[in-house]
Amino acid sequence: MAGNLTHTRSGWGSGRVGPLWELFFRFGPPRWSDYIRSNWAGQRLVISVPYLWLLLFFLVPFLIVLKISFAEFSPLGRPPYEPVLRWLEDGALQIKLEFASYSYLLHEPLYVSAWLYSIKVAAVSTVFCLLVAYPMAYAIARSSPASRNVLLMLVILPFWTSFLLRVYAWIGLLKTDGVINQFLMAIGIIDEPLAMMNTSFAVYIGIVYSYLPFMILPLYSNLEKHDQTLLEAAQDLGAGPIRSFFRITLPLSFPGVVAGSLLVFIPAVGEYVIPTLLGRTDQLMIAGLLSDEFFRNRDWPRASSVAIAMLLLLVVPIMIFQHFQNRELRANKR
Amino acid sequence: MAERRSEKLKFEPWRDPGAQAYVRIENVTRKFGDFVAVNNVSLKIYQREIFCLLGGSGCGKSTLLRMLAGFEAVTAGSIFIDGQDMAGIPPYERPVNMMFQSYALFPHMTVEKNIAFGLEQERLSRSEIATRVTEILDIVKLGEFAVRKPHQLSGGQRQRVALARALAKRPKLLLLDEPLGALDKKLREHTQFELINIQEQLGVTFMVVTHDQEEAMTLASRIGVMNRGEIVQIGTPTEIYEFPSSEFVADFIGSVNMFEGRLVEDLPDRVRIQSDELGGLVYVDHGISAAPSATLWVAIRPEKIDIQRTPPASTHENCVKGVVKEIAYMGDVSIFLVRIDTGKIIRVTLPNIERLSDDERIMWDETVYLTWHPGSPVVVTQ
Ligand SMILES: Nc1ncnc2c1ncn2[C@@H]1O[C@H](COP(=O)(O)OP(=O)(O)O)[C@@H](O)[C@H]1O
Ligand SMILES: [Mg+2]
Repeated sequence: MAGNLTHTRSGWGSGRVGPLWELFFRFGPPRWSDYIRSNWAGQRLVISVPYLWLLLFFLVPFLIVLKISFAEFSPLGRPPYEPVLRWLEDGALQIKLEFASYSYLLHEPLYVSAWLYSIKVAAVSTVFCLLVAYPMAYAIARSSPASRNVLLMLVILPFWTSFLLRVYAWIGLLKTDGVINQFLMAIGIIDEPLAMMNTSFAVYIGIVYSYLPFMILPLYSNLEKHDQTLLEAAQDLGAGPIRSFFRITLPLSFPGVVAGSLLVFIPAVGEYVIPTLLGRTDQLMIAGLLSDEFFRNRDWPRASSVAIAMLLLLVVPIMIFQHFQNRELRANKR
Repeated sequence: MAERRSEKLKFEPWRDPGAQAYVRIENVTRKFGDFVAVNNVSLKIYQREIFCLLGGSGCGKSTLLRMLAGFEAVTAGSIFIDGQDMAGIPPYERPVNMMFQSYALFPHMTVEKNIAFGLEQERLSRSEIATRVTEILDIVKLGEFAVRKPHQLSGGQRQRVALARALAKRPKLLLLDEPLGALDKKLREHTQFELINIQEQLGVTFMVVTHDQEEAMTLASRIGVMNRGEIVQIGTPTEIYEFPSSEFVADFIGSVNMFEGRLVEDLPDRVRIQSDELGGLVYVDHGISAAPSATLWVAIRPEKIDIQRTPPASTHENCVKGVVKEIAYMGDVSIFLVRIDTGKIIRVTLPNIERLSDDERIMWDETVYLTWHPGSPVVVTQ
C-alpha cells in the first residue's frame, strides 16, 4: 500500500466531472479523495459502490418486473403469480411465459397512440429545450469567469424548490382566468381567454421549463471548453461570425447537444407529473397509461409489460447511438 | 543557390525611396487598461519581404500581429495594407491570413477540409477548390495525408497543414505567430529553410513573430527588434548583429561583452574610449556621433576577440590581460571565460579549426592576453 498522501494537481473539477460538481467542491476537496486517488484498492472500492447500488436497486427490480410481465393476470390483482421457472417433479425445468400482456400492447390502439404521443411530446419538447438552452449556455460560457458562476447558480436554483410546486405554479399562469390570460386581456391583445390548460402546448411548456437545466449544463460544459482561436482562425479565413458559428462552434458542440437531448428526451418520454397536471385529458402519455393499469386496473403483468416495452424501445436505440457517438468522440479527442 | 543568394542581396526595397510599402503601420499604440502593450510603433513592410518581429516574451509582438489581422483593436494610430486604411475592417474582410501559434486547426475536419475552408468562403466552384487544395498540399508535401484528421498527424505535419491552410487563399501578406515554436530543434532548423523556399516560390510577403534570434537571423530579410512594446531597431540581420543601435539590441542579439566608458579622443574617423570597467583604452577606427560627455558602451562580440599566451607587440590599447576561469568545448567552437584585472568576466569564442594537443591548448588558470581589431567594437550611446 502506498500510503503517501501526495496532493495531485487535478482537482475535483477536472476531467469528466461536470461543472456542477465544481460548484459543490469549490470550497476545497475532501481530504479522503487524495487518499483514494493515491491508493488503487481504495479506488476500486469506490468505483464498485455505485455498481453494487445499480445492481441491487436497478437490475434486481428490473428482473422482478420482467418476470411479472410474463405472468398471467390474476383476478386478485396482485402477486403472488405463478412462477415463470419451475422444477417439475421429474426434474425437468418448466418455463412458462405468458405473452398475453405484450400482444395486448401491440393490438390495443390506445397503447400505440399513447406511445406515439409520448415520443412526439418528448421530441418536440427536446427541440424547444435545445433552442432555448443553446443561446443561454453559449452566453454563460462566453461571460466573465466571475459572472459565470452566478449565472450557473441561477440555472440550478429552481431545483431548490419542489418540482411539483413549480408545475402547479404553471397552472396558475396558464388557466383560463390565470395570470397570462388576464394580462393579455388587460392590455387588449385578446378579447377571450386562450385555452392553454390541458393542451399539448401546456405540456411542452412544462417540460421545457422543468428540464431546461439538464440541457443547459452539458451544453455549457462543452461550449466552455471551446478553443477561441478556432473562431479567430475561421474569421481569418474569411468566414463571418454567423458562418463561423455554423461551421465551427455548432459541429464541435455536437456531443453536448446529444448529451443534453438525451437527458431531456429520455425522462420526457416517461414523464408523468407534467401531462397529468397540465396535459390533455383525452390523450394519455405512456406513463399515465402505465399508472392507470397499475393503480386502477390493478393489472400488474400488463403494467410491467408496458414498462419493459418502454425501456426496450427507448434504451436500445439510444445505447446503439451512444456506442457510435463514443467511438467518434474518442477519435476526435486524441 | 549562389545565384539566388545574390538575387536576395539585391532585394532591398527599403533602400529605394520610390518603393511603395505594402504595409504601413503608423504610430500604432495598443493599451489594455493602463498597460501599454504596443507603444507608438511605425513600420513599413515591402512586398516579397520576410519581416521578423523579434523580442522577448510579453513585449507585444503577438499584439501587433493581431492588430494587423484585425483581432485586436488599435488604440491609436493607423494601419494601411495595400494603401487601404484597415480601421473598422473586420478580420474576415482583410487581405491577410494568419498562421496561429497553436495552429488552430479545426479538429472535426480533415486536412483537405481544413484547407478548403477558406476557399469555400470565397464561393469558388468545387472543382476550383479541389484543384487549389491539391496544389497547396503538393507544395507542403502532404498529399498523402489529405483525408486525415489533425489528431492523426505529427507536430511537424500539423504545422504544415496550418501553413497550407493560410496560404491556400493566396494572401499577399501572411502573418506567422511563432510558426516554428512548437517544433523540436532539428525539425525547426529544417523547416526554416522550407519556409523560405515556399515564400520564394509563392512570392508572398511574410511577417513572422519570433522570440528566437537564430530563427529571425535565418528567415528574415529585415528584423524589427521589440522591447516593451516599442520597436528599438529595424535592419537586416547583418546590420542588427554588427551595428546594434543600443545596449539592449547588442545584448539581446547573440552574446556580447559590454564595457561602460567615456570619450577621450573624438575625431571624425577614429575615437578612443577610456573604460574603467575594462581597465584600458579602446581604439575604434571609425567615427561615432555622441556628445563628448555622454556615457558610452563598447560592445565586442566574443568571436571577434583573439586569445593568446604571449603579450602582443603593443599592450597600450585594444588589449587586456586576464586569467582563464572557464572553458567550454562546444564542438564547433570553444568558449573561454576570462577574468580580467578589474574583475570583469570576458567571453571569448574560438573556432576549433585544428585538433590541438593538450600542451598547445590554452588551459584553466593560464594568464592570457585578449586583443581585437579596431574595427570590431561597436559603440552605443543608450
Ligand atoms: N487581452 C489582453 N488583456 C490584457 N493584457 C494583454 C492582453 N493581451 C496581451 N496582453 C499583455 O500585453 C503584453 C504583450 O502581449 P503579447 O503581444 O502576447 O506578447 P508577445 O510578445 O509574447 O507575443 C503582455 O504583457 C500581455 O500580458
Ligand atoms: Mg506571442
